[in-house]
Amino acid sequence: MNSLIITSIEQGLIFAILAMGVVISYKILNMADLSVEGTFPFGAFLFAKFISMGMNPIVSTLMAFCIGTLAGLLTSVLFTKIRIKPLLAGILTMTILYSVNLKINGKSNIPLFSYDSVFNLGNALVVLVIIVLIIKIILDLFLKTETGYLLIATGDNESLVRSLGKNSNMYKTMGLMLANGLVALSGALMAQMQGFADITMGSSIIVVALASIIIGDTIMKNSHKIENTTRAILGAIIYKIIGGIAIDLGLDPQDLKAISAIIVIAFIFYNNSMADLLELRKRKVELRNAKNSQSVQEF
Amino acid sequence: MLKIVNLSKSFNTGTENEIKVFDNLNLQIEANKCTAIIGPNGCGKSTLLNLIGGSISPDQGQIILNGKDVTKLKEEERAIYIGKVHQNPYMGVSPSLTILENIALADKKGEKFTLRRLIKRKNMDRYIELLESIDLGLENKLNTKVKFLSGGQRQSLALLMAAMKHPDLMLLDEHTAALDPRTSRIIMKKTKELIEKYSITTIMISHNMRDAIEYSDRIIMLDKGKVVLDKPSKSLTEDQLLDIYRRRFEESIA
Repeated sequence: MNSLIITSIEQGLIFAILAMGVVISYKILNMADLSVEGTFPFGAFLFAKFISMGMNPIVSTLMAFCIGTLAGLLTSVLFTKIRIKPLLAGILTMTILYSVNLKINGKSNIPLFSYDSVFNLGNALVVLVIIVLIIKIILDLFLKTETGYLLIATGDNESLVRSLGKNSNMYKTMGLMLANGLVALSGALMAQMQGFADITMGSSIIVVALASIIIGDTIMKNSHKIENTTRAILGAIIYKIIGGIAIDLGLDPQDLKAISAIIVIAFIFYNNSMADLLELRKRKVELRNAKNSQSVQEF
Repeated sequence: MLKIVNLSKSFNTGTENEIKVFDNLNLQIEANKCTAIIGPNGCGKSTLLNLIGGSISPDQGQIILNGKDVTKLKEEERAIYIGKVHQNPYMGVSPSLTILENIALADKKGEKFTLRRLIKRKNMDRYIELLESIDLGLENKLNTKVKFLSGGQRQSLALLMAAMKHPDLMLLDEHTAALDPRTSRIIMKKTKELIEKYSITTIMISHNMRDAIEYSDRIIMLDKGKVVLDKPSKSLTEDQLLDIYRRRFEESIA
């Protein structure tokens, strides 16, 4: 049981990086960027390529991040320049990446057991905690900068960004690049943890990311003190622990994906029905106010 | 001063639905004055404001702001000289950010956005002073998210954010239309105070004749893209203006 928890936390930490990436596209920019399904294995295959070329595992992992940002650039160009809707733009990038991933090493599965990994640096859990904390701190600091706030404002209200004299598309591009870079980094770490890169490892990864974010959001829901990054990290870890325990209790691992999807559906349904309820109440109040002001005018 | 020279704009050009909104429109808007533009829906008020603001571009003609031809400038490049307040109070703010964060963002308008912290201690007193100037107690709610404010408070904040960097031109697009009558009047008063305090040349679109008379220096009435009335506001009473408006537009509907 103990080792199960530790493995779940380790995997949760890797997915935490994925979830922090998706926080940028989904929560901050308000875009459902499906390209991450391709970017996750993209990072894994890039890592496999660089490590097999004899590069240091840290450099290979960082290279996966840097080149992974290009996936975000592609989606952004499709979206902002060719004006393809974000959902389709993401799917197109994902489709392109599928072929690219197969081309990088010429194979759909690359064993990595014989190569060094960042986990050789020390205890895997400690290494992961350090990596996740560094990313979280940098991201939190970035979101407090002038540029970071403009990124948030872009997702919130593009016309405000333009009125400040800035091109909002540039900030969307920046956000998508950063998001995809983090997802690729997460994929590179996953490849090192499991000892291979595989073409299917990105399949429905967006659901895992969304499930993590949604679970994270329910932790002390009304507290504004918890950052989105902290929520994503906790959400990813809890998600993995729940999944680990469920499998340990006899759940067929093949059912896990459906259950993740159901978690996402249930939480979104809950949030939306709450929102509808609030909206209904608000409308009633507004209607009453409008009636009042009308009667004042008539008077 | 704003000069509009031979401005033409059509929509759906080349189709059977072609609409010619402006055909060689010429207009001069005096500096440091508030000009109200009135007219029924479809007369070209909003198109004119969008052309000036740069969210759409003209087919031909020039828009000259304080001697500078801004026609070719993109919306965001032009925004440095222009403040705009929309009908929807959400359009001028970032709802998920706090009041303080919104003010700090607006304070950087037209400047370079760097990797330095946005909220700086040294600016706090100035932000508080600015918020105090609109007299809504927002200075005591610095860390409240803007989405939790009332429509009137949000629009006051949007107004302050648009005006605080002293733009050359302020565009008010029916900015009180979505508010209740009382709040609408308060916002109009605050608008007047702010544009007078910062001496900003202002163009205001309004459907409210009383506001147009009371708060502007000059009234321009548009009909099908043409100026059909152009008078100093003080030379008209609300009844006279309503009468002209009704005769022109309501009879034609009947």
